Amino acid sequence: MATAVETIQAMPLTIGGRTFQSRLMVGTGKYPDMDTMTRAIEASGAEVVTVAVRRVNLDRSKETSVLHFLDPKHFFLANTAGCYTAADAIRYARLAREAGFNDFVKLEVIGDEETLMPDVQGLLEAAKVLVQEGFKVLAYTNEDLVTALRLEDAGCAAVMPLASPIGSGLGLLNPLSVRTIKRRLHVPVIVDAGVGTASDACVTMEQGVDGILMNTAIAAAQDPVAMAHAMRLATIAGRAAYLAGRMPRREIAVPSSPNRGMLD
Amino acid sequence: MKQLVDVVVNGEHKQIAQGATLLEVLAELELDPRAVVVEHNRRIVRRPGLGDVTVAAGDAIELVHFVGGG
Repeated sequence: MATAVETIQAMPLTIGGRTFQSRLMVGTGKYPDMDTMTRAIEASGAEVVTVAVRRVNLDRSKETSVLHFLDPKHFFLANTAGCYTAADAIRYARLAREAGFNDFVKLEVIGDEETLMPDVQGLLEAAKVLVQEGFKVLAYTNEDLVTALRLEDAGCAAVMPLASPIGSGLGLLNPLSVRTIKRRLHVPVIVDAGVGTASDACVTMEQGVDGILMNTAIAAAQDPVAMAHAMRLATIAGRAAYLAGRMPRREIAVPSSPNRGMLD
Repeated sequence: MKQLVDVVVNGEHKQIAQGATLLEVLAELELDPRAVVVEHNRRIVRRPGLGDVTVAAGDAIELVHFVGGG
């Protein structure tokens, strides 16, 4: 009989025509140092790693591109983090594509500084333009079904509802909405942002979503490399449990051992 | 001696030789053209074209690359 890991490997994730073995995607921000980041990403088993587009530091002594520290075997998914308008997000996406790796973009149009909640109107507007330009758009959105449906209609390659606010570590706050989005969409649903620890990743994957993307939960753990490993296992466990199909919930006990054969 | 013109690179004022190409600007800044993406007055200039575009006074140049992010 196939192990859970084999079952998962037999069903890879395909987004925008690209197939990925790992359903865990990881960010590259906020690590204490580059060596920890490199080892954590390796321990996560992730294939897709996200990166941000920013100005080069003109003082060359200070910094180098994150790509310098990443194994080229990874699939670099550029984001438009920090963009508050559709126009800015489109600008960043075009710059990212010009780097020459791929035409995928994790589209973020942020609407509120405190919560980093997406501006769904700007998101849809930017998604339509970028899809027209041939981008494979993975849209970071909230848990709203109607927005998710519209993003799919706009031609997004994947829709990425949040578990909870970016960097909050609060876990999956709205499993029903995420499940509904997964049930209604045809494109892959990747939960992005908000998980805090391995159980959050596991519960998220148990909803049947296609994948999960996280950054802070690993980078801000006391031991990022160990947490990356835990997240890898949790993502696989959650996916395997979803495929296995959980038992029904009951509010009364049912004994596991036979009632017959008890001593007088 | 070549005349210098004021341009803005990544938000910083810089003096660049008049008529310099974007490729020469990158060389001046010791940046590898393969490691950056260049935006010149809001238009992306692809790598093969960097040697063909010259810089004029008041131009805005953005040089970007990938950094850590989520």
